Amino acid sequence: MKGIILLSGILAFSGAAFAQTPEEKGLAIAVEADRRDQGWGDQATTSKMILRNSQGAESTREIRGKALEVEADGDKSLTIFDTPRDVKGTAFLSFTHTLKPDEQWLYLPALKRVKRISSSNKSGPFMGSEFAYEDISSQEVAKYKYKFIKDDKFNGRDVFVMERYPQYKKSGYTRQVAWIDKEMYQPLKIEFYDRKKSLLKTLTQHEYKQHLNKFWRPGRLEMVNHQTGKSTTLIWKSYKFKNGFSKRDFDRNSLKRAR
Amino acid sequence: MKKVISLALLICSSSLWVNSVWSNEWSGNINFEAKHFSNDALSSSQFNDYASVSIQPEWFHEWDGGKQLFTFVPFARWDQRDDERTHSDIRELSWLKVFKSSELRVGVRKVFWGVSESQHLVDVINQTDLVENMDGEDKLGQPMINYALIQDWGTLDLFVLPYFRERTFPGIDGRLRTTLHVDTDNPVYESSDKENHIDYAVRWSHSIGDWDIGLSYFDGTSRDPSFTWPALDADGNLSLRPIYYLMQQTAIDLQATKEAWLWKVEAINRRVNNESYNAATAGFEYTLNGVFETASDIGIVMEYLYDDRKALASTPFEDDLMLGLRWTKNDVHDTSVLLGVIADLDDSSRLYSLEASRRLGESWKLNIEARVFNGITDTTSPLYSFRQDDFIQLELGYYF
Repeated sequence: MKGIILLSGILAFSGAAFAQTPEEKGLAIAVEADRRDQGWGDQATTSKMILRNSQGAESTREIRGKALEVEADGDKSLTIFDTPRDVKGTAFLSFTHTLKPDEQWLYLPALKRVKRISSSNKSGPFMGSEFAYEDISSQEVAKYKYKFIKDDKFNGRDVFVMERYPQYKKSGYTRQVAWIDKEMYQPLKIEFYDRKKSLLKTLTQHEYKQHLNKFWRPGRLEMVNHQTGKSTTLIWKSYKFKNGFSKRDFDRNSLKRAR
Repeated sequence: MKKVISLALLICSSSLWVNSVWSNEWSGNINFEAKHFSNDALSSSQFNDYASVSIQPEWFHEWDGGKQLFTFVPFARWDQRDDERTHSDIRELSWLKVFKSSELRVGVRKVFWGVSESQHLVDVINQTDLVENMDGEDKLGQPMINYALIQDWGTLDLFVLPYFRERTFPGIDGRLRTTLHVDTDNPVYESSDKENHIDYAVRWSHSIGDWDIGLSYFDGTSRDPSFTWPALDADGNLSLRPIYYLMQQTAIDLQATKEAWLWKVEAINRRVNNESYNAATAGFEYTLNGVFETASDIGIVMEYLYDDRKALASTPFEDDLMLGLRWTKNDVHDTSVLLGVIADLDDSSRLYSLEASRRLGESWKLNIEARVFNGITDTTSPLYSFRQDDFIQLELGYYF
């Protein structure tokens, strides 16, 4: 991360002196977004996913999460499933990394078994939803290459429109187009283009609130799959910061007792 | 056993009274099961159709800011025909306390060790609840004191196991049993302390990059019984008595996670009844994501099962190959199908299995399980007595 901060300093300097290329400007926006979201430390969340099929039939998932910010690498997270009832107590531990594969363990409560799982399924659906694992894992600057497209307005707010191209292996996307709010440096909308370069999904993020006078978090996410007609609403019911989590809250022992 | 339970209860109750903040919750499931055997049984006391119901509620309470946990999971099953399968158990009755770099877990619990799918050689803490399922994955609650030291160099688990649980076996009316049923009322023990023999175990486990490793040692009563020569049970029927020998087992389990490949090894050395033998399971699991332009995954599992006692082994899997194909639809219903076969490399015996499951609505789950015993001609194989026991089972579970 430090390398990137240094790089951004050089970019900001060179940007002042010379005209930036669209790639440099895109990277500078991503670096600034990352800088503004540093220092949150840890967070605990409760959320609810509503899965809809093309006929509109709904199914819900209740999830709790804990996350720990890790400097110079991806974050650690623990996800616990409360519903559907048959998977209650199933928990998922993830150590994300920028470019090398994430480390992931799944806890199966019926067998009391912790299973190390492959993290190569980036494009697979999370809990049968329209969110892929790569959509919900921690967003690190080095995971993408960037390109600034234009300044624009979105729902009356000033935005940067930029493209980003996944640099990690096994992504389901060739390209993402993001509408980044100029005040919050958070995405309001992201379009996902599949491996055949056709529009696959659109994500919109709503009801942003600022926490600890610094960190913007959305209250609701809407993901629509244009190819299947399915959609998923992800409602963040609560965010809690400064929980005093340590790496001990994110090991295989804590995974086994996660509830 | 009673001592450990009362100790756990005492610690819990004393802590509970001090705390006024409650975060208790109930959950659990009720399962309805129907099992059909396609061939007539070897014994006239057995049937072709069996119905059964089980219930497993769970009460969980957390306090002290999540640093103390109490769990109670009773289990009960009623079986239409087999009195031995009609049984109950305390799956869990435990108190757990989290310290900065350690955890203390006291009471009746279940512990899983290992990485492989076809058999679980390393996993020796809990007794198998064999009447539940012949696959051996259902376990009886084990009373224990378990202290885990959690450090940067890994987790060191120390176990004191003060009470031994006998394996459950199908009764004379049940299927999937030995030709002579097992007389569970008259077990034989090597130790004069019988079921009160205190067992000890230690395990070190760690993750280093792509590698997950476990080393373990167990000293106590073997969970796998041998059998006596046929003897008469209380009803005057010829039966087998289980013999529980003392054993010392040293084991290693290892998994390397290399992108979509999981490479796995479990190996044990066991000293029991004046002999020493080695056994191992080794293989891989490979997952293809997003097959046929869908969200589906296909997993391929292959494992080699070995026991150096060969034909004298107490297990049927002494030189066998397991092949499995797992289809995960990744849909809203969590639909999945697992097809498998364990083939003996020295003769024609094949054990085929099918496991499929799907959620119905938000609270119900349908499971289908089928097994076929094919080409079992070796009269000395432990599978020989199952040769007529091909079955299909439907299970409908309600989760609350």
